[in-house]
Amino acid sequence: MTYQAKLRVWRGDAEGGGLRDYTVEVNEGEVVLDIIHRLQATQAGDLAVRWNCKAGKCGSCSAEINGRPRLLCLTRMGDFSEDEVVTITPMRTFPVIRDLVTDVSYNYEKAASIPGFTPVARDADGEHRMQQVDVERSQEFRKCIECFLCQDVCHVVRDHEDNKKVYAGPRFLMRIAELDMHPLDNLDRRKVAQENFGLGMCNITKCCSEVCPEGIHITDNALIPLKERVVDRKYDPLTWLGAKIGRRPHP
Amino acid sequence: MADQAVEKHFYDVVVVGAGGAGLRAAIEAHEQGARTAIVCKSLLGKAHTVMAEGGIAASMGNVYAEDNWRVHFRDTMRGGKMLNHWRMAQLHAQEAPDRVRELEDWGALFDRTAAGLISQRDFGGHRFARLAHVGDRTGLELIRTLQQRVVQLGIDVFMECTVTKLLTTDDAMVGAFGYRRESGEFIVWQAPSVILATGGIGKAFKVTSNSWEYSGDGHALALRAGATLVNMEFVQFHPTGMVWPLSVKGLLITESVRGEGGVLKNSEGKRFMFDYIPEFFKAETADNEEEADRWYDDHTNNRRPPELLPRDEVARAINSEVKAGRGSPHGGVFLDIASRRTPEDIKKRLPSMYHQFKELAEVDITKEPMEVGPTCHYVMGGVEVDPDTAAAKIRGLYAAGEVAGGMHGSNRLGGNSLSDLLVFGRRAGASAALYAAEKKATPPEVTDDALAQARQEALAPLERQGGENPYAIHAELQNTMNDLVGIIRTAGELQQALDKVAALKARIANLSVEGKRRYNPGWHLALDLPNMLTVSECVAKAALERQESRGGHTRDDFPKPTPEWGALNLICSSSDGAVSLTRQPLPQMPDELATLFQETT
Repeated sequence: MTYQAKLRVWRGDAEGGGLRDYTVEVNEGEVVLDIIHRLQATQAGDLAVRWNCKAGKCGSCSAEINGRPRLLCLTRMGDFSEDEVVTITPMRTFPVIRDLVTDVSYNYEKAASIPGFTPVARDADGEHRMQQVDVERSQEFRKCIECFLCQDVCHVVRDHEDNKKVYAGPRFLMRIAELDMHPLDNLDRRKVAQENFGLGMCNITKCCSEVCPEGIHITDNALIPLKERVVDRKYDPLTWLGAKIGRRPHP
Repeated sequence: MADQAVEKHFYDVVVVGAGGAGLRAAIEAHEQGARTAIVCKSLLGKAHTVMAEGGIAASMGNVYAEDNWRVHFRDTMRGGKMLNHWRMAQLHAQEAPDRVRELEDWGALFDRTAAGLISQRDFGGHRFARLAHVGDRTGLELIRTLQQRVVQLGIDVFMECTVTKLLTTDDAMVGAFGYRRESGEFIVWQAPSVILATGGIGKAFKVTSNSWEYSGDGHALALRAGATLVNMEFVQFHPTGMVWPLSVKGLLITESVRGEGGVLKNSEGKRFMFDYIPEFFKAETADNEEEADRWYDDHTNNRRPPELLPRDEVARAINSEVKAGRGSPHGGVFLDIASRRTPEDIKKRLPSMYHQFKELAEVDITKEPMEVGPTCHYVMGGVEVDPDTAAAKIRGLYAAGEVAGGMHGSNRLGGNSLSDLLVFGRRAGASAALYAAEKKATPPEVTDDALAQARQEALAPLERQGGENPYAIHAELQNTMNDLVGIIRTAGELQQALDKVAALKARIANLSVEGKRRYNPGWHLALDLPNMLTVSECVAKAALERQESRGGHTRDDFPKPTPEWGALNLICSSSDGAVSLTRQPLPQMPDELATLFQETT
């Protein structure tokens, strides 16, 4: 049951670093985060890693395991053979702070730049009324634990640092879709999605959906429908006419 | 010298902690016009509130129109075995519905009733279906809603910063001192008002549903600054934590599994909870399976299943079954929803439980029962506060949420935590802003000496060579608390625990860590450890003193509650690092509320 696993962990900081080899004990049922903790407690007390709930609910322990973006707490050691070297590196899309911890402030800046929720007034009796079927579309996106693995894997920013300025990434395009589909939200978000957050740069390769630990259908249920709505707006004859004669188009 | 520099900020209100209570407090303080900052140990949106699953208790009456605040108040007091501060329980029950409704104005999307209102589900100890929820991820919805509101309002958030010391002058708050985890640089927030919203203490225990952040920081900071703690002997062991695999032992399984029809069975296949119905709850609890099963569809003509007794009762019953040799293979009991609901229903109502067992234990809960056992979940005890203002015993210091005491008495009902965060978070924010406005003319001053001292204390473990390893001491503390101050307690074991804690306290004076200041978890743990030891001492001391069993405090040597102890609170205070206890009479409930307890169910 218990065996010695071969681990290769990236150690270093913004100035540089590299992979370091470790041998760490593994017990039945353990996940990669358990092994990282054992490494900290016994061999590398200052090994930097973010984590909180260790239950796949907070989205803190994101990293790349054998090159694949994953949560350390939801990756079981049993997924690897006992003699396989397990390589753990920080998320590549974000600047490294130290070891497995990266600077994810890009995500917080994008979140802050999205126009906030703008609700309709309550009913006369002080309640908001919505049907379950209508809330479910946005509820799926609100399952997001903000692990930023989708942001990490998205090649629009992973391979092109410059795009970060003009592209919000799947997590925040999905946030715009969530607000757009929210039964109580009162803003038309189609124009900003396209012009300020780079919706058009997404070419629906679905990498984001594949790495989502919550199994959210980011591409199919959020990004594609949002793209369709943007197209509707752009090619709607009334909008076109309104724009032509210099009036503000009716949303 | 650049290395001596401390980054300085000036605010009216500084909120320590960014869970539900902290975020709600900050929103209120900001809306009252206070310059407000939030300081949190993790990234924004990762606080322990995300772990809450079941829902927010509020007597909105959307499912059972006969529900109202008086029924909720009564359930809360009875669940806490009448040791709750009556005024907190009253404010909580009265204000919870409005606090839930305003979340919708900020974007929250709760599950709906057929009429389009917020749906409400059943939970232990609540007479009516009362928990506003989103599947079994209500905490995530709460934190995301408040987080997005905070961002929309433009409130300053200092992420990944730990507060190591509260700064006072003449027994009044002047600020908080801490460090940036990322760089190890020091930082001070000067402010007349500080709100503690730091959550609980569960990381002092080995088997716990709590994350690393739960190191009792707020409890210890308040105590050291001269405030008092109340009810510290009462620690809630949630009846249903995972027991296998060991890697996830203690991880929470939501009470909603039982609320949605799940039942507890022993190794003989018996629904054993019928054997553990206490006298106190006999009148409102079904004594046979038929009535219990009818209750899910008709609460008016049937009594509640015993699986939905308050958490302390269920946790003790599971403990007894395992001790009697009727446990499951890995030392728990069975929680069965598979034989009671369809796979579709289970996946729809309990999606994250389905996911959690599938991913972490390779168990399909639509086909097999879960193995469950008690896990340290919540501390009822906390900073002694004024119910209306959330003010602690030091001017300018406030506390809300789990770090505050009194609201839940000796045992908290499920669902009452999220509502507590909202109700008292808002109250703390409002009072802190008001107090700061009164102090406008005399801004707080922090001396260079105070900063130099706080800095020196924080750096000590890094400068020391060859001392004790913080990870090793933490493991010893967790084992001690788990084995000696756990769900069933005795005088002998509590005394042993106190001796052990005293020995560990001496050893942490000699902690040393490897590496430097930049994102160094060993150093971070070294600075959290003294807090865990302080709260552990409080818990063990108060547990030894209280010679009765009540709620989250069970003494094998004093197995019954007594009327004498039922009229007393234990208050912890500290001077020069030593914790002392005093007995304090319970606040007297006014007659119009007391009559609520004379009627029968």
